Amino acid sequence: MWNSFRTDSPPVITTEVIEYAGANGDQINAYVAKPVGNGRSAGIVAVHHMPGWDEFYQEFSRRLANHGYTVICPNLYFRDGHGTPDDVAAKVRAQGGIPDDQVVGDCSAAMQWLKGQSTSNGKVGIIGTCSGGRHAVLAASRSSGFDAVADLWGGGVVAAPDQLTEKRPVAPIDYTKDLNTPLLGLFGNDDQSPTAAQVNQHEEALKKNGKNYQFHRYDGAGHGFFYYHTPLYRQQQAMDGWAKVFDFFSLNLRG
Amino acid sequence: MCTMINESTLISGVGRGADGWFPVTHAHIGFDHATHSQAEHALLLDFVNPSLGTGARIALEMNIASGKALVETLQAAIQAAELSGARE
Repeated sequence: MWNSFRTDSPPVITTEVIEYAGANGDQINAYVAKPVGNGRSAGIVAVHHMPGWDEFYQEFSRRLANHGYTVICPNLYFRDGHGTPDDVAAKVRAQGGIPDDQVVGDCSAAMQWLKGQSTSNGKVGIIGTCSGGRHAVLAASRSSGFDAVADLWGGGVVAAPDQLTEKRPVAPIDYTKDLNTPLLGLFGNDDQSPTAAQVNQHEEALKKNGKNYQFHRYDGAGHGFFYYHTPLYRQQQAMDGWAKVFDFFSLNLRG
Repeated sequence: MCTMINESTLISGVGRGADGWFPVTHAHIGFDHATHSQAEHALLLDFVNPSLGTGARIALEMNIASGKALVETLQAAIQAAELSGARE
């Protein structure tokens, strides 16, 4: 819960940038934020959004770490060169994004990295927003070992055949039967991708396959309603959404 | 939403970036998340030279109406240039 720490034992975290072996053994870098101390903690893979491995995701990772999780945020654009987040993201955008297989490999390796930490409690969740939400669902569906997945307004989980590309050949909804991880979904009812109809479609697939999920839909919000650095931010919905995220991870990663 | 809308073309010119003038070889035009303008989505115009790194980039974000006005103006200027007989 937000702002509920004790003033005589406030959370303290450390941050660093590490390198680890991602998909195909490629060395990539990642932002790591973790609680100080030797106590056991669950891990979370934070999957950045299309605008890149940016300052928002550093702060996003620190927020999760502040609530007791060891967080790794892989730089999924590492292979595309370095510069400001905007410049690198522009290059990736012009290339049509990054390959799904590569993302799944990078996230799966990040999960293994977390489980290999001496402070790990053995459980790892994954969370992403925007394209990162889609990637989180994809990684949790195609990799075993995740204990919880949070999809925050991931567009493209449901996709028409003409929206599939060489880099994104399968819509994540088509892996629903393979998803054996509790799923949290947060969506704005005014979003254009995913639309409310697409969220319904995804929910139907989850029901049909008997999956453990909880979806929360917000009126008065569209895409990216956690993004306090943009006009998309919706304070009330975002704070409720964060509470849902913390409750979900606490239930599935600390039990 | 991530639209993934992007169109690209080769171009030949020069542009002035943060570190001065550089040869521009590609133009990418997208319509996706705005990163700095106060809009959900925007036309994203990038004039770049990939061989010089990701920083060799001149970026513009604008709304669709501005994009249409820009295209009309560009076409008018090109038409006038071709009618003038002046060499490049």
